[in-house]
Amino acid sequence: MITKKRKPKAMQAIGTSSLPDIVFMLLIFFMVTTTIRETNKKVVIKLPEATESAKLERKDLASHIYVGAPIKGEQAKYGTEVRIQLNDSFRSVTDIRDFVAAERENMNEADRPFMTVSIRADINTRMGIITDIKQELRRCSALKIMYAARKPQVIE
Amino acid sequence: MARSVNEINSGSTADIAFIILVFFLMVSNMDSVGGLQRLLPPMPDENQKVEQQKVNRRNILVVKINEQDQLYAGGDYIDITMLKDKAKEFLVNPNDNESLPEKENKEIEGFGLYPVSKGVISLQNTRGTSYDTYIKVQNELVKAVNEIRDEFSMEHYGRKYIALDEDRQKIVRQIIPQNISEAEPLDLKAKKR
Repeated sequence: MITKKRKPKAMQAIGTSSLPDIVFMLLIFFMVTTTIRETNKKVVIKLPEATESAKLERKDLASHIYVGAPIKGEQAKYGTEVRIQLNDSFRSVTDIRDFVAAERENMNEADRPFMTVSIRADINTRMGIITDIKQELRRCSALKIMYAARKPQVIE
Repeated sequence: MARSVNEINSGSTADIAFIILVFFLMVSNMDSVGGLQRLLPPMPDENQKVEQQKVNRRNILVVKINEQDQLYAGGDYIDITMLKDKAKEFLVNPNDNESLPEKENKEIEGFGLYPVSKGVISLQNTRGTSYDTYIKVQNELVKAVNEIRDEFSMEHYGRKYIALDEDRQKIVRQIIPQNISEAEPLDLKAKKR
């Protein structure tokens, strides 16, 4: 009983005045390190691993082409065959031309030559569809490409 | 002075910031944009007569991957683990072997004359090749080039390629170019167009 009486006096509230600052710090950290997801992925993609995978210096110059089998929810409509996703919908190879043109249009004039098309393809894709994409990209002279790949986790 | 101005209640700032934080956590993705960068060759002009580029046989290392993901490089079927060394030997050609690529003395700005290899690695695949294998092969080839660059940098600058400054990296890139050509797949023309 005695201790219970004494305790409230000794207890001091932890100062919460710096809490907003801490949270703001966290917020700013997340804002800086992340990119906003623009597209909803409708295909399942497990990227291949490559030890020499290099980071792109400027993320804003990359346009993404997703290649893979549709996710579960879309399979009833689109089947399980490997498909191409541009922006938010399934497209065919011939639509890449418009996609590249639109992406170019969105960029600064100065940045356009440095546009990189990143091909994010699933590990189980066959090269046939990738080749078609590459040929189409060559035709619309988007020559800088990148095969998206993960860096494998190093186990030491 | 009469009564001081009422302070704005700042107790809820933390909550507001938390809400924004949660919002950013949800809409953002952490996966980094990384991969193997490549430059595609420009599409040949259709009106132009296709002129077979005369490249000396010894200057090309043909790497083929077939439908069964088997790797064929420089004359025989090899395992993927051997590809890197093969590519390195091809690109460096330390003993000036007759059957390996020739070198051309080039004036490199900021470095001087250096015998730059004229070797080109030509990567060919079929439509049935799996993407996984293709990336693995690409990775091995890039690794070969990167290792040669590292060796060169260590020898001349005492540091790895990645640790060099921009100008020196450019010099190294010129001395050891990444000549990997992605030819059109062999059966593309037969099937299409």
